[in-house]
Amino acid sequence: MATKASRSAARLMMAPAVILLLGWMLVPLIMTLWFSFRTYLPLRGGDKGWTGFDNYVRFVTSSSFWPAVQTTLIIVVGVLIITVVLGILLAMLLDQPMWGQGIVRILVIAPFFVMPTVSALVWKNMFMDPVNGLFAHLWRLFGAEPVSWLSDAAMPSLIMIVSWQWLPFATLILLTAFQSLDSEQLEAAEMDGAPFAKRFFYIVLPHLSRAITIVILIQTIFLLAIFAEIFVTTGGAFGTRTLSYLIFQRVLESQNIGLGSAGGVYAIILANIVAIFLMRIVGKNLDH
Amino acid sequence: MGQIELKQVTKSFGDVQVIPPLDLTIHDGEFTVFVGPSGCGKSTLLRLIAGLEDITSGHIEIDGIDATDLVPAKRGLAMVFQSYALYPHMSVRNNIAFPLKMAKMDNAEIDKRVNAAADVLNLADYIDRRPGQLSGGQRQRVAIGRAIVREPSAFLFDEPLSNLDAALRVGMRMEISELHAKLGTTMVYVTHDQVEAMTMADKIVVLQAGVIEQVGSPLELYRAPRNTFVAGFIGSPKMNLLTGDEAAKHDAHTIGFRPEHIDVVESGGQWQGTVGVAEHLGSDTFFHIHNTGVAKILTVRAIGDVSLKHGDTIHLTPRASEMHRFDAEGLRIV
Ligand SMILES: Nc1ncnc2c1ncn2[C@@H]1O[C@H](COP(=O)(O)OP(=O)(O)OP(=O)(O)O)[C@@H](O)[C@H]1O
Ligand SMILES: [Mg+2]
Repeated sequence: MATKASRSAARLMMAPAVILLLGWMLVPLIMTLWFSFRTYLPLRGGDKGWTGFDNYVRFVTSSSFWPAVQTTLIIVVGVLIITVVLGILLAMLLDQPMWGQGIVRILVIAPFFVMPTVSALVWKNMFMDPVNGLFAHLWRLFGAEPVSWLSDAAMPSLIMIVSWQWLPFATLILLTAFQSLDSEQLEAAEMDGAPFAKRFFYIVLPHLSRAITIVILIQTIFLLAIFAEIFVTTGGAFGTRTLSYLIFQRVLESQNIGLGSAGGVYAIILANIVAIFLMRIVGKNLDH
Repeated sequence: MGQIELKQVTKSFGDVQVIPPLDLTIHDGEFTVFVGPSGCGKSTLLRLIAGLEDITSGHIEIDGIDATDLVPAKRGLAMVFQSYALYPHMSVRNNIAFPLKMAKMDNAEIDKRVNAAADVLNLADYIDRRPGQLSGGQRQRVAIGRAIVREPSAFLFDEPLSNLDAALRVGMRMEISELHAKLGTTMVYVTHDQVEAMTMADKIVVLQAGVIEQVGSPLELYRAPRNTFVAGFIGSPKMNLLTGDEAAKHDAHTIGFRPEHIDVVESGGQWQGTVGVAEHLGSDTFFHIHNTGVAKILTVRAIGDVSLKHGDTIHLTPRASEMHRFDAEGLRIV
């Protein structure tokens, strides 16, 4: 891309993709913005005109707003902690030479290929069902009272389901990071008198820091928007109503598109704040 | 102290025996070089001494104490790796201080030793930089610095100069030799470069396929190679090895002349041939000579700039007193 001609040719070639992407993003974004300033109740009179910032005020002053933000953050942070910690352990295990390595690696990655809806259904019906689920059977085997997971421990269950889905992603990225670690560095540290734990904290973890930041960044973006898992399991009940689920309820259950759109705009702002914040950390970490 | 003894040491990877039973003593304060072709087991042997690989059978003693089952950190040895293996996220200072921190030394003592090492190796100017911001030669110095602060009983080097350019290599070679003279610590040095071996070593160990072919001082190896392998490996360019009639004349299976022991004469030499490639180094000229009737190619060194061109006829006289004779097994005939 050195000459003027090749630069303009490159722009021309990229134009269709850029225009398509922009259209894809801009049209819904502008529509959301437009609706958020209007009273729009499809089953109760349709578009009733301009309301200014009423929807925005109503959305944040509603009693469900702050709990929803809190729920979202708990899920995001919980899943991040679980996937990163378990991801590091699993990656460390998978990095060891062992029998059947190829198959084990594929099995570990498999959950990532299961659609969120399907995996949530599987968890709900196969594992967490208080009557027929595997956990219920296991509990009874030890003479304990089966737990009704999705109502009595809804948040931990939800975090578990989502973590299960995202663990392969974290493991995979961390595994490649592990494999790029120069084994001579570990040997040098061993000769320098660092026992296993110190080698891990002084050599391995700093080496993984980049990969961990990337895992956190990408997962956060997706976790802020999880929906199918909640829809299928608890339907937003038992304290599992996240911001995105709240928006869904405002639009479809309350049939208030204006209010939902205002929530959508808040969600966009929140996601961007998080993204800018994370990008900074990543930028710092990718510098060296 | 830093006496290392290997007794009947073997090493196998799976079914493949890389090191057949091997005995070797490295004396305190000696600069020992392991040299041999690629894949002959030099690194493996060094890693066995370091404790980074478990030996399959045999014993390793360090300063008279059985170290066979000691973990690397407890052997009191320091290693400099080919890739330097510096810790990329730590500054030069922290890299060098790392082994001392692991030994839980107090900070004042750590500072003292790190500064002393930095002085010896001229690291002071970039002590706060990260390894990524250093040149190859500077990284090499940091790696050596990290080794010397521990005050080990012996240093192990695995081809430490092979990533450096030719000029820097010569410089670092001198520095390591000087360091050895200054510290007087045992050093074990692996290389496949026989010039490095000749210039640095007190004692050279020539290896082939895990077997020690000969142990001796550089000049012993040069003057009296024990077999044809050592004869061909030590010395640059390689010794000319002749078989057949020419060797039979001297009651040997193979005879050898080093290129510097064959004289170029005006006329009437013992052998004649045509000049092939001529390498003019200024101080010497190396001729590759064809059609001599005694060997496919002979290499000959002429002092100074001799003006013979490609295709010219050359007359040669080998110095009989400098002849090496070998029997059918390739062993030297005394
Ligand atoms: N981990 C291993 N598993 C199996 N075989 C190995 C292993 N490490 C080394 N070998 C084999 O042992 C032999 C000696 O290897 P080593 O690395 O000691 O050679 P080297 O003399 O250091 O060669 P170079 O000059 O190329 O570094 C080689 O044939 C190599 O293939
Ligand atoms: Mg090697």
